[in-house]
Amino acid sequence: MSPDRSSGPDPEGATTQVAAPSGEDAPSTPARREKRTGGGLGRYILVRFLLIIPTVFILMTVVFFLMRITGDPITAALGGRLTPDQLAERRAEAGYDRPLFIQYLDYLGGVLRGDFGTTYSDRQPVSRILLEYGGATAELVLYGVIVALLIGVPLGMIAARVRDRWGDLALRVFAILGYATPVFFVGLLLKLVFSVGLGWLPVAGRISTRGELTMGTILNPSPFYLLDALRLGDLSLLWDVLSHAILPAIALGLLTGGIFLRLVRTNMIGTLEMPYVDSARSRGVAEGRLTTRHALRPALIPIITVMGMQIAMMLGGAVLTETTFEWNGLGFMLAEYMAARDYVAVQGIVMMLAVIVAVSNFVVDVIAALIDPRVRY
Amino acid sequence: MSAPSPAIDPGPAEPRLRIEDLDVRFATDGGQVHAVDGVSLTVEPGEILAVVGESGSGKSVTARSVLGLLPETAEASGSILVTGTDVVGLSGKRLRTLRGEDVSMVFQEPSSALNPVFPIWWQMGEGLRAHDPKITKKQIRAKAIEALTAVGIPDPAERIDRYPHEFSGGQKQRIMIAMALALGAELIVADEPTTALDVTVQAEILALLRDIRDRFGTSIILITHNMGVVADLADTVAVMRSGKVIERAPVRELFASPQQEYTRELLAAVPHLGRRSAWSTLEPAQQQALEVAAPVVEAQGLVIEYPGRLGRPAFRAVKGVDLSIRAGEVYGLVGESGSGKTTIGRAIAGLERTAGGSLRVLGTEMRGVKERDVKPLRRRIGFVFQDPATSFNPHLTIGECIAEPLVVHARDLSARERTAKVEELLEAVELPGAYRGRYPHELSGGQRQRVSLARALVLGPELLIADEPTSALDVSVQATVLDLFRRLQEELGFAALFISHDLAVVDTLAHRIGVLLRGELVESGHGPEVLQDPQHPYTRRLIASLPVPDPVEQARRREAYAEQFGARD
Repeated sequence: MSPDRSSGPDPEGATTQVAAPSGEDAPSTPARREKRTGGGLGRYILVRFLLIIPTVFILMTVVFFLMRITGDPITAALGGRLTPDQLAERRAEAGYDRPLFIQYLDYLGGVLRGDFGTTYSDRQPVSRILLEYGGATAELVLYGVIVALLIGVPLGMIAARVRDRWGDLALRVFAILGYATPVFFVGLLLKLVFSVGLGWLPVAGRISTRGELTMGTILNPSPFYLLDALRLGDLSLLWDVLSHAILPAIALGLLTGGIFLRLVRTNMIGTLEMPYVDSARSRGVAEGRLTTRHALRPALIPIITVMGMQIAMMLGGAVLTETTFEWNGLGFMLAEYMAARDYVAVQGIVMMLAVIVAVSNFVVDVIAALIDPRVRY
Repeated sequence: MSAPSPAIDPGPAEPRLRIEDLDVRFATDGGQVHAVDGVSLTVEPGEILAVVGESGSGKSVTARSVLGLLPETAEASGSILVTGTDVVGLSGKRLRTLRGEDVSMVFQEPSSALNPVFPIWWQMGEGLRAHDPKITKKQIRAKAIEALTAVGIPDPAERIDRYPHEFSGGQKQRIMIAMALALGAELIVADEPTTALDVTVQAEILALLRDIRDRFGTSIILITHNMGVVADLADTVAVMRSGKVIERAPVRELFASPQQEYTRELLAAVPHLGRRSAWSTLEPAQQQALEVAAPVVEAQGLVIEYPGRLGRPAFRAVKGVDLSIRAGEVYGLVGESGSGKTTIGRAIAGLERTAGGSLRVLGTEMRGVKERDVKPLRRRIGFVFQDPATSFNPHLTIGECIAEPLVVHARDLSARERTAKVEELLEAVELPGAYRGRYPHELSGGQRQRVSLARALVLGPELLIADEPTSALDVSVQATVLDLFRRLQEELGFAALFISHDLAVVDTLAHRIGVLLRGELVESGHGPEVLQDPQHPYTRRLIASLPVPDPVEQARRREAYAEQFGARD
C-alpha cells in the first residue's frame, strides 16, 4: 500500500530551479573568473597528464610481449648465420634465456633509468636514437599539423559558407584528392615540380651539409633543428631548415588537411544552423562574424577530438614522408632497422611513436578543454 | 529592482509593427509551399499580441519574417513595417541595424539559443558591438550587468563571466530577454518562449515578460500553441491556420465568444485543470472496485541510482518512493524534468535496475531480478514512448512495427493470424487498415502515436506505461489521442502508469495522481483531492503555476499566485 497524501521533505527552495531575484544590490566588485575556472581547468589538466603514465606503461608492456612472441632479438638478427650452440651462448650472454617475465622486469628497470638497450646492428644506445630521430619526427608532424590546419580550417569554413554551390564542390573534390592520394606520390610530385623542375626548394634531407656544419658548433644541441636555428639567430640557417621542411610538411599536411576540410565543413554546416547563430543574427551580428566566431568555435570541438586520432594516422604518414624525403626521423630509421631485423631498436622506436601519440592526445585534450567550457570538471 | 519607467510614449499613434498582406512561399523539392498567405497584423506600443495556431499554421514563419530571418529558399511579399521601416526586401547593413535595436527575438529553446562556448557577457556584447563598434569592454559589461539585473539574475556582476551551461533553463531564458533589453528593442518576438520550460519556471518567465512590458512599454509578439499561456499574458490574440489569420480579437472576447469554428475546436481541445477529472467521472461502484483491486505494481522505498563517473558517487534519481497501481487503474505520475518520473516508468518495465527498497511488478520482485525472469514479464507490459518520431525503426512498415512484439513473444502465431491481429489493432486506434504497409515517416505525429499505442497493446498487456505520450503533439491531436487512450483503457481494462509534466492532462486520464519532486513522491491521491486540496507546498505551487485557458479565471489565479508565492516587484 502506498501511503496516500504523503508529505515529503522540506520543499523550501526546492520548488523552483530559478533563483528568485534578490532584493539586494548586486556586488560591484569585478568577477574573479580566473580563479574559479582556473581551479577546474588545472585539475583537469593534471588528471589528463597523469593518465599518460598508465597509457604508456600498458603500451610498453604490449609492445614488449608482442615483439617476443616471435622469439628473442638475437635469434631474429643472427638466426641463420650462427650454429645453434653459438646462438645459445650469445642468448645466455645477453640474458635472453631467463624467464620472459624476469626479462620484462629487467627491461622495465632499464626504461626507468632511461636505458632502452643497445641496438644489435650498429651498437647504438636506443635512447640516443629515440632522442635524435624522435625530435625530427615530432618536428615533421608538427609542421604537418600546421599545414593541415591552414588548409582544413579556412577552406572548410568557406565550403560550409558556400555550401552546395560549385565552390563547395571544388573544395570537396580537392579534399578527397588530398586524402586519397598516397603521401609518397604527392611527395614525388612536389619534388619533381619544386625541386627538380623549378629548383626552388631542396630535394631531400632536413638540412644542407653546410647547415649541418654550422649546427655542429652549437652547445647542447636539441633534437629540434628549428629550435637550434632560432637559438643561433642565424637567418640563413633558419631558411635552410625551413626550406627543407616545406615540401615534406605539405605532403604530409595535405593528407590530414583534406580530412580536416571535410570535418570543418560538416560541423560548420551544423553549427551555422544552430539557434544560437540565428539568435546572434537576430541581434544584428554580421554574417562574416557569425561564421568566423559564433559558428566556428563550437564546430571545432568535435574536430579537435578527431585531431588527436589523426595524429596517430599522421605518424603512419610520416614514415612514408620521411622515406620519400630522406628525412632522418623515426619512420626512416624504423624502416632501416626493420630491414636489419634489429628488434631492440624496433621495440624502442615503436614505443617512442606510442609516447608521441599519448602526449599529443594529452595536448589535444587540453586544447579541447580550453575551447569547450563544459569539459572542465 | 530599478525604478519603473513607464514608457508607453504618448507620442504619435503609429503602431510598433504593421504587417500588411504578408505572403511567404518556400521553394521545396516537392514544389512551392505557401506558408503565410495574406497575413495582416498590427501591434501597438506596449501591446502583447499572441499568435496561436498548431504546427504548420505559419505562425513561426510570420514571426521570423519580422526580423528578416527567413531561409534563402523563402520568398516574401507584402510589407512588414517595424517603427516605419519595411523589413520585406531589406538586407545588409540596414537590416542588421534594425535587428536587435528595433526588434529582438526570444527563442523556444534557451539552451540552444545561447552559444555554449562563449561567456554570457561576450554574447551580450556581440549585439552591442554590432550596433556600436566603438563600445568598450567596460561599457559592455556595465550594460550586461544592468540588463541581467533587470531580468532578475542574482549576482550579475559575477555571473556575466559564466557560460550558458552554468545556468538553469529559466535563467537562460531570462538572459535571452536581457539581451533584448540591453539593445533597447521596443518589440520582442517571443517564439514559444516557455514551451521548453517546466511549468513553475514558465510562470516566472511569463511574469517577467509582463513586467518588462509594464516597465519599459515593450511590445511583445508571443508565438505559442499553449492556450493557458495566451490567457495569462496576451492582450490580443490572432488565430492562425494554414497560413491565414482566421480570427483576431481581444483576449477576453476571444475566449468568451470565439467566432470561428476552428477557434472553438481549438479551445475545446485544451484540457482545463480541474474540469472533467477522470476519478469524478467514475460511478461510486467503480470507484470502490478500484479501491479494493489487487495491486499490479507495488513499490516500497524504491531507490534507483545512476552510476557516477569514475570516483564520483552515484546519482540517486529516485529516493525511496512508495506507490501502488491497482488492476484497472490509471496512475498519473506528474513531475518536472529531472524529477525521476521517467526513471520509475523504466524501472517498472525492467529497463532500469533498482538500487534499494522493493518493486513488485505483476507479482515479480524486480530488485536483483535476472534478465530471463524479466522477459516473460515484458509481454505483459506495454510501453508508449514520448517521441513518436524516434521510437520507430524507420525501415519497418507500420504493420511490421505492430507485429514485432508478436514475433518475439507469441511465436506460435501464423503469419495470417498476425496480420489479422495487426488490422484489428489498427482499427482499435482508429487508423485505416491500409496503413499497415506504410512507413513511419509517412505518418503524422498523432498517427504515429496511435501506432505506438497499438504496438503497446498488441500482446494484450495487463499494464501499460505511457511516458509523456502526447507532449510532442498539437493540442487538438493530443485531445484525440487522449480520448483514444481513455476509450481503450475502459474497454480493455489494463492498468496504466501515465507519466506527464502536465497536471491538466494527467487529471483527465488518471484515477490517482502522484506528484514527484526530485525523486521523492511528495503527494498522492485521487485527482480531485490532489487538485482541490493539495497538501504539499510544491503541489500547491505546481497547480498555481499552471495557466488555465480562461483569461478571467487566469487573472484571478495569477493574483492568488502572487499573494501566495510573492510577486516580482
